[in-house]
Amino acid sequence: MTEERPSARIILYCGICTFPPEYCEFGGTLQKCKDWLKDEHPDLYDKLYSEDVLTKATEGLSLEKQAKVEREIQKLQAKEANKAEKELKKMLSSKVVVKRVERSKRKHVIAVSGVEVFGIDPKKLAKTFASKFATGASVTKNVEGKDEIVIQGDVGDEVEEYVTALLEEKGLDGVKVERIEDKPKKKSQA
Amino acid sequence: MFKKFNAKDDIHSRTNIKSSVQRGLKSKLVEQFPKLENVIDEVIPKKGQLIVIKCTDKLSLYAMDNEVLFYQHFDDPFVPSLKLIHRFTDCFPSVRVDRGAIKFILSGANIMCPGLTSKGATLPDENLPAGTVVAILAEGKETALAVGKLIMDTDDIKKINKGIGIEVGTHLGDGLWSLEIE
Repeated sequence: MTEERPSARIILYCGICTFPPEYCEFGGTLQKCKDWLKDEHPDLYDKLYSEDVLTKATEGLSLEKQAKVEREIQKLQAKEANKAEKELKKMLSSKVVVKRVERSKRKHVIAVSGVEVFGIDPKKLAKTFASKFATGASVTKNVEGKDEIVIQGDVGDEVEEYVTALLEEKGLDGVKVERIEDKPKKKSQA
Repeated sequence: MFKKFNAKDDIHSRTNIKSSVQRGLKSKLVEQFPKLENVIDEVIPKKGQLIVIKCTDKLSLYAMDNEVLFYQHFDDPFVPSLKLIHRFTDCFPSVRVDRGAIKFILSGANIMCPGLTSKGATLPDENLPAGTVVAILAEGKETALAVGKLIMDTDDIKKINKGIGIEVGTHLGDGLWSLEIE
């Protein structure tokens, strides 16, 4: 007698919190998740959040426990909202620094730092620069320990343009791109 | 275990696995999870290229097509990833925890015996020995919420009902769940 083994089930994951929809309440973004589910999969929404389902789930809990559960969910959501806000503020207040460093009398390199805060992968960006400007570009750690993209050649203007365009695409167009010139100290005459 | 797991910092190397080694892995997996036998070719197709990703702390992740299937710490038994368990829930032994424990498991806590013996929880009738890797489901939910290793036999959990019952390896929303492999 052969048994039919169940083949792979396809599980739907919430678009907002990436959990299976029945766990959205533990993710801290319940309201957004509910809205998303209502739009995308109304049948699942009804299954999970319809009136009778809710009453069945809470009938086991006494009235004050119900209130406590409600308060906890609110607290979680407020915490998550705060975190998201803080991150956004941090993004807006940080800036991308484009530094022009002298390598020898005629040659310069451009060092771009502060890209990570905006969710840009420095390695990928370095590769894009290298192919765009047809020069070498690499990611190194600078003195402060942060990642820096070093591009050979004096391409500061183009870099600034490109980075502002990239940030605008992401929606962060209030961000400053700062240009610095790094002058090595001249040897003082004895 | 994956509380602070970062793709950038914790991954050291990524190599393809030879097909001979891949075959050995498949047979070890079926040995560990007998119910996987019929679907193993769906999980790891013959022509599929399995990749092993070596991470800090002697941790290896086995992935295919940018999705982690199993992981292994030192030479412990293989632990399936949550996404795999969602796809093939019936192939892995499972336990059900009480609803109140869900919040704690999702923040990385281990499961205490009372969470497995209270009203909302179910333990399998037949004894599962300590060290078995089980999928952790929750009261009132259909999909697994975590994967863990039994610290005590299920019979002992029912009898003694004190102490840690299951050590949670990975849960919804941890480092492994959010891991994106290029």
